[in-house]
Amino acid sequence: MESSNNEIDFRKIGLKVGLEIHQQLKTERKLFCNCPISSEEGREELFERSLRPTTSEFGEVDIAAYFEWKKGRRYRYHAPHPSSCLVEADEEPPHEINREALEVVIGISKALGSIPVDEVHVMRKIVIDGSNTSGFQRTMLVSIGGRIEVEGKSYRIQTICLEEDAARKGEDEGNISHYIIDRLGIPLIEIATAPDIETPEEAQKVALYIGQLLRLSGKVKRGIGTIRQDLNISIEGGEKVEIKGVQELKILAKTVELEAMRQLRLLEIREELKKRGLSEQDVKLSPIDVTDILKRSQSKIVRANLSKPKGKALAQILHRFKGILGTEVQPNRRFGTELADYARFYGDVRGLFHSDELPNYGISKEEVEMIYNALGADREKDAFVLIVDEESKALKSMEAVINRVKYAFKGIPKETRVAMPDGTTKFLRPQPGAARMYPETDIPPIIITEEIMKSSEKYTPQTPEKKKEYYIKELGLSRALAEQMVMNESFDFFDELVEEFKGSIEPTTIASIMLVTMPALKREGLNVELIPERSIREIFSLFARRMITREGIEELLKQLSKKPEEKPEKIAKELGLLSLGEEEVRKIIEKVVEENMNVIREKGEKAEGILMGKAMQILRGKAPGSLVSKLIREKLSEILSKS
Amino acid sequence: MSEENKLLSPGIYVRIKTKDGAIIEGLIVQRYEIFDPGFITLKLKNGYNIGISIKKIESVELLNKEIEMRRGEGEIVPIFEKTESKGKEIHIISTGGTIASKIDYQTGGVKPVLTADELIEMIPELNSIAKFKSEILMSIFSENMNPKYWEKIAERVAEVLVKEPDTGVIITHGTDTLAYTSSALSFALRNIGSPIALVGSQRSSDRPSSDSPFNLIAASIYATSDICEPAVVMHGETSDSYALAHRGTRVRKMHTSRRDAFQSISSLPLAKIFPAEKKIEVIRKDAKICSKSGNLEAYTKFSENVSLLKYYPGMPGWIFEILAEKGIKGIVIEGSGLGHVSTEIIDSIKNVIDRGTIVVMTSQCIFGRVNMNVYSTGRLLKKIGIISGENMLSETAFVKLSWLLGNFKDEEEITRLFATNIAGEYEGRELLNYYPRWNHGEQ
Repeated sequence: MESSNNEIDFRKIGLKVGLEIHQQLKTERKLFCNCPISSEEGREELFERSLRPTTSEFGEVDIAAYFEWKKGRRYRYHAPHPSSCLVEADEEPPHEINREALEVVIGISKALGSIPVDEVHVMRKIVIDGSNTSGFQRTMLVSIGGRIEVEGKSYRIQTICLEEDAARKGEDEGNISHYIIDRLGIPLIEIATAPDIETPEEAQKVALYIGQLLRLSGKVKRGIGTIRQDLNISIEGGEKVEIKGVQELKILAKTVELEAMRQLRLLEIREELKKRGLSEQDVKLSPIDVTDILKRSQSKIVRANLSKPKGKALAQILHRFKGILGTEVQPNRRFGTELADYARFYGDVRGLFHSDELPNYGISKEEVEMIYNALGADREKDAFVLIVDEESKALKSMEAVINRVKYAFKGIPKETRVAMPDGTTKFLRPQPGAARMYPETDIPPIIITEEIMKSSEKYTPQTPEKKKEYYIKELGLSRALAEQMVMNESFDFFDELVEEFKGSIEPTTIASIMLVTMPALKREGLNVELIPERSIREIFSLFARRMITREGIEELLKQLSKKPEEKPEKIAKELGLLSLGEEEVRKIIEKVVEENMNVIREKGEKAEGILMGKAMQILRGKAPGSLVSKLIREKLSEILSKS
Repeated sequence: MSEENKLLSPGIYVRIKTKDGAIIEGLIVQRYEIFDPGFITLKLKNGYNIGISIKKIESVELLNKEIEMRRGEGEIVPIFEKTESKGKEIHIISTGGTIASKIDYQTGGVKPVLTADELIEMIPELNSIAKFKSEILMSIFSENMNPKYWEKIAERVAEVLVKEPDTGVIITHGTDTLAYTSSALSFALRNIGSPIALVGSQRSSDRPSSDSPFNLIAASIYATSDICEPAVVMHGETSDSYALAHRGTRVRKMHTSRRDAFQSISSLPLAKIFPAEKKIEVIRKDAKICSKSGNLEAYTKFSENVSLLKYYPGMPGWIFEILAEKGIKGIVIEGSGLGHVSTEIIDSIKNVIDRGTIVVMTSQCIFGRVNMNVYSTGRLLKKIGIISGENMLSETAFVKLSWLLGNFKDEEEITRLFATNIAGEYEGRELLNYYPRWNHGEQ
């Protein structure tokens, strides 16, 4: 884990973080149909739809939904035969809820001290970005309350929900988005904590703890994309910001840290504006047309956008804002970047520039001067925003930019942001309201009976303590390895490997490769985490069949970390790591002995050590040391008895 | 009712403590009548509904919060702006069904409540196609339709068309019996001078993926076209690509839930409609093109004394005799295969025919033509006076018989008219490719 930003005292700024952990369940079938949960590939059907926002009971439309519709997107769905049916295609109402999934969630709730509701109501949460063919995600609140303790601190659990996963996003082509619906409908558990987390490290530890607990139930899926973390982050004097989709636990602390930093910078900007004596009323939408100034610009973006029908360049003055737009809020993200995000969302515009970054992007110093002049602006004090696109789009996005600038006087806007792989966040959409949630009328409420409560008990995760004892007593791991393993995110992968290679590989061997060898390689700078699980499985399979040696495993891991997509067996062959048959080994040993007859004559039985060393130089990774040593001893005694 | 239970009525914001020790705040919402009465439904601030067992409630505390929490925390935009409409006029007659429905907070199901006006408001694109007028003639599920309602619809359409002969008509209708109503209008209204589109939806209007906007746009394009026939206008395939206008007498709902459930059977659709391009392509050469000549003729009566019976192995003959005793004057049989029933019940059928009941034979095979000359049973059935429905759909035959019995008295006249192709109900030629390609293991 990266060390925290020393400049920020998170407790002092009143950082409050709540986690929402989403984890796919490993049930027989999907939540509302009989499709198996499989990623098996097969022939697929293609169909295309569009979605439009619906009105709430108050005759209003949720703004997030409204803007998705305004973009005029069409969705092309890929429906693989092995993993989707009419339900995913929104051509059939949902079947009854998958009882197993409900019981798993109740079982896990118990371990968190969360109390199941008496009757579960399935709701529709409007999502019209195309990721749900129906235009909504089915979700239900199963349990309320609870708490966990991590490193002596207690964190409250707010709610535990069961919901259906969305479709997988494919490519975007123009205004068509592709989605693959194999993932749609897989049951997800969502655990939401109260905002009791106060530092980035705590956030990561709590997430790991909950993740381990889920895995201990034995009923959750493994692998990329099966767990996703959303964050609710606020600092004192600000608003709660939602961050969607932190895919990797590793960057969770960093995401929290950088978001806290962004919020802090926004508050600092607010203070700076106050210091300059500015107020919201000083910011007014008053763009002027500067198309003529930029007509012959060298900038490619400017030229491309101006050549669109009704392409215009609009400049908007921001009195006494000099330096504000260039203020860095996160690494490589300036306040101006935040404005550009708004321009993109509300006006679908990509060409936004601001004076703090100009001249640049092919826009010359002279052009900047001319814009300043046209605006009647003071280049020492004022700033401007420049948008180049179709006039109506440019206007719409300028309006959004102005609204966002005005919000700078309030501080931190309430938004939904998306987590980027580098730990920064980007504006995604305004926060949806409760207007997006309404009852799923195709499924009657489910009463949580005694019978359901009872059969859910088998899914309550075992405690880490119990699991550790199992590793020591049943699998024969050392206490140290067992302790490490229960804290490792991949312990369930270990469990699978142990099961698969029962009788052919000792659990301790598997554990030490996972917990000792691989981390050691990583410390050497090798990206062993890039090696896919199926390859690791194959390496163990080669070892189980005695086709490679223990040393060979390490060598293979090294090579695969450089070429993660290669097949282990192919690499083993190329590197000559595949074990030699006994005859071949014997031949090599005979040759070594022949070449070293003088040593044998000189040292007698004591030559064994030297011979062993020479033989292993050739045979390391190709034959087990025990076999080499045995054959050398045989040959040696044969020679010595003759002489 | 105890003091505490009084606090448990809808619209009240409460804090509930349960015997499990949970403390929950929320708004009590109307519980659907069909749900278990031992629970209350609470809407939480996060938008979720949950049910709480009344038995498990320890205490209830009234909170001084208004219903405003239901308005949510998000920013909300006003519903679509109204735009100027233009072009030809369309008269929407709403009868109910999924296309005009919304969640019913009483039952938890969907209920027909949206007016045609609201639909136009929801689908601003409609305004670029025509000027709309709308009315709610009735608000019923299509499973509750009956011949009396067909009369009401036919009469209303006739009135509209007499008053405004150039107006296109759209009838919104539930899908279950939509094809029956389309048949009924096809027989009832002759020489119409305007297109009549019957439209429904398979996904309710309250969901973002609803097919009703697409279908309504397609129906509007049809209603402004020059095909003067009643047609069912619905999705052509599962994609939002094109819709089909099906001849009112040849269409059938072939799937319980798919968007493209409606198909022309042993036949071709009248036209293909592309809502995005606002384009219509005529498919059938014999589609009736509107002409100024000819006056609208309306025979809007339908007899309620007609029955549609599916033959099944072991079907007893007394069913026919009981129907006749109850006053049934016409029976359409969905026979097996080429149009058969067990020889054991032929006598019973002969009895009812002899007493003046008209009996028509159609086939439960759905595809193909009845032919009672091939097997001896068929020849026997023909001999006792059963009329062949040829390749008319059994539902259409049922509607036609109801219409004939409603408007004509003379049995010979009825028999003659039954055999006459009045509204395209008989398909003269069945081509090889009118039968669908099924999946034969193409995974």
